[in-house]
Amino acid sequence: MDTPLIEFKNVTKRFGRRTILEGVNLKIYEGEVTTIIGLSGGGKTVLLKHIIGLIKPDEGTILFRGKPLNGMSKSEVDASLAQMSYMFQDNALFDSLTVYENIALPLRERTTMTKAEINRKVMARIEQTELTDSSRKFPSELSGGMQKRAALARALVIDPTIVLFDEPTSGQDPVRKNAILGMIAQYQRKFGFTAIVVSHEIPDVYFISNRILALYGRNIVFQGTPEELEDFDHPFKDEVIRSLEGLQKELTGLHSKRQFKVMYHGQMKRRALRDTYCVAVFKLESLDTIIEKLGHESAQEAIQSMGVFIDKHFGAIGGFSTRRSINEFVTVFPYSELDEAEDLLEDFVKDFQEHGIGEIWAGARERAAPGMCVDFIILAGLAQGQPIAEIETIIASAESKQKEIGRLRCAAGE
Amino acid sequence: MEISAKGQSSAESKTARRLTKLLLSPFTAVGRTAISWVNNSGASAIFLVLALKKTFWHKQLAKIVQQLYFIGASSTTIILLVGFFTGMVLGLQSYHALVKLGAQGAIGTLVALSLVRELGPVLTAIMITARAGSAITAEIGVQRISEQIDALDTMRIDPLRYLISPRIIAAIISFPLLTALFDLIGIIGGYTSAVVLLGANAGTYLHRVQSSLDMKDLTDGFVKSVVFAVIVVTVCCYQGYFTHMRQDSHGAKAVGVSTTSAVVLSSVLVLVADYIVTSLLI
Repeated sequence: MDTPLIEFKNVTKRFGRRTILEGVNLKIYEGEVTTIIGLSGGGKTVLLKHIIGLIKPDEGTILFRGKPLNGMSKSEVDASLAQMSYMFQDNALFDSLTVYENIALPLRERTTMTKAEINRKVMARIEQTELTDSSRKFPSELSGGMQKRAALARALVIDPTIVLFDEPTSGQDPVRKNAILGMIAQYQRKFGFTAIVVSHEIPDVYFISNRILALYGRNIVFQGTPEELEDFDHPFKDEVIRSLEGLQKELTGLHSKRQFKVMYHGQMKRRALRDTYCVAVFKLESLDTIIEKLGHESAQEAIQSMGVFIDKHFGAIGGFSTRRSINEFVTVFPYSELDEAEDLLEDFVKDFQEHGIGEIWAGARERAAPGMCVDFIILAGLAQGQPIAEIETIIASAESKQKEIGRLRCAAGE
Repeated sequence: MEISAKGQSSAESKTARRLTKLLLSPFTAVGRTAISWVNNSGASAIFLVLALKKTFWHKQLAKIVQQLYFIGASSTTIILLVGFFTGMVLGLQSYHALVKLGAQGAIGTLVALSLVRELGPVLTAIMITARAGSAITAEIGVQRISEQIDALDTMRIDPLRYLISPRIIAAIISFPLLTALFDLIGIIGGYTSAVVLLGANAGTYLHRVQSSLDMKDLTDGFVKSVVFAVIVVTVCCYQGYFTHMRQDSHGAKAVGVSTTSAVVLSSVLVLVADYIVTSLLI
């Protein structure tokens, strides 16, 4: 594997008699979204502040592109850290400056750009983060979500190669949480920076992360992909992930991937090897277009409405569902054969076209800008499997059979 | 028997240790405070030097002008009020005291010298501490606890350059100007009470003001005001900047405690420095 962008070797940090990090080893790679998860007060922010140089380790070494920070000259350290931006948990916006001034601050103070250049760049970020109407307002006049976006715009205005996000979704409702995570993922793809996110929004954060680092008991106990975390067996999972997943279920009505797998295995154990079951995969098509035209919050509102509708419809007849990716849902019909499942899907399509798609559009419209219009296209695919088969294979088969089951085209100005 | 004797001697030595500790505790407290004072004085001096080093930068001018407005221009009204009434009280008191000695002609001298040499610089410094110094500490303290200063660090913007240097320069410029204004308006206040209200001779008052003041009085007053400016702004900025390091309180309470400490400490240090500077200049 390539040299890690950032590497911790046996990093220990104490505050007085309290040890926060003890012999931490971790690797963060370039161009990825890496999420650090852990219990509240477990040292995630302290870890993040080590990366940006706000806190120095008591013991151990931090390497940047393979070179130890403590062995670098001051100018080298400055050059390394200048590539980073940090988005604070409480935003840390200057309350005596307007949104525009806050975003322009690093450019005014650090660069030799002209006023016109600064203005162009700041306005571009303001438009991208949907803050055009609030640019002359002070942070105290903005909602929590808008403050987050202003902080994000400020973090991105210097075109950093590494952006550190400290609990970017704290204090937000479920739709906004997902909207912020979606925004991070979208900007990460667009600008190509390395994102390091501290979050406890499990499992939502999995959908945008390439790698997960689990901080538990003052140490990193897991480093790997979200899929690898599913198979990770450690007390951390019981204490942190399950409790947070339970909370997630309450918020969205959907099972986490892990809960979904547990339910799946539980159901399949009761079945004979020759029995069959069916899997349906639903997808909200062209998510990027929806985001572009209606914004992140509308897109997340649509996804949430879709999840709630699927769960409500199939949950009542014994199906169980999970969110598979940012815009995809999977439902298992544990006791249905293909013919029966096709009938169920047909009923669903009917119900969906009568009520569901309207609910999705209604949810999205609440947060969309007036006059904005976009097509909502829902795809669905069905596949049959047996308990002996791998669920992933059946899901992939259902995915390959996806076809359009519903479309809503809004009229302009609606 | 032996065991009992040993126990008794151990209890006695414990009591002796406690007594010694009790007797030494005032000295320990004094020592601890002295060490803390020396530490803080050293840290403040380094803080000041580092901030002054970062003054000379082309982007500082706008920030200095902004601070000049806040520390200087916005303090004008309070300085005018305090200066005028201080002068009036001086005129009133000196008139009644000097009349008894038949020396009411010296009112102008007394008012002018008191104001220019002592009251002008000292009261100006204390008034600016109360109005602008407290606000500086509170503002920087809030910026510290809400991580705005950390945000500057992460943006590679030097907080000393951005927040502290402009305030120090603005204070060094504002204090002498406001002192001059205080002196002038104080002399007018003395004139109002002694001449207009009590009937002292106007010509004598103005002549004595003019003849008793020489250039050294004015320059000494300005030297004092510059010294006070450095003290006040350093103490106020330092207290705000290190609000998060306070051992006695945290968060919003720490901002309040820092603000109180800044005002009290600045006022006391202004009076101490006044004595030292006067004894050096006299």
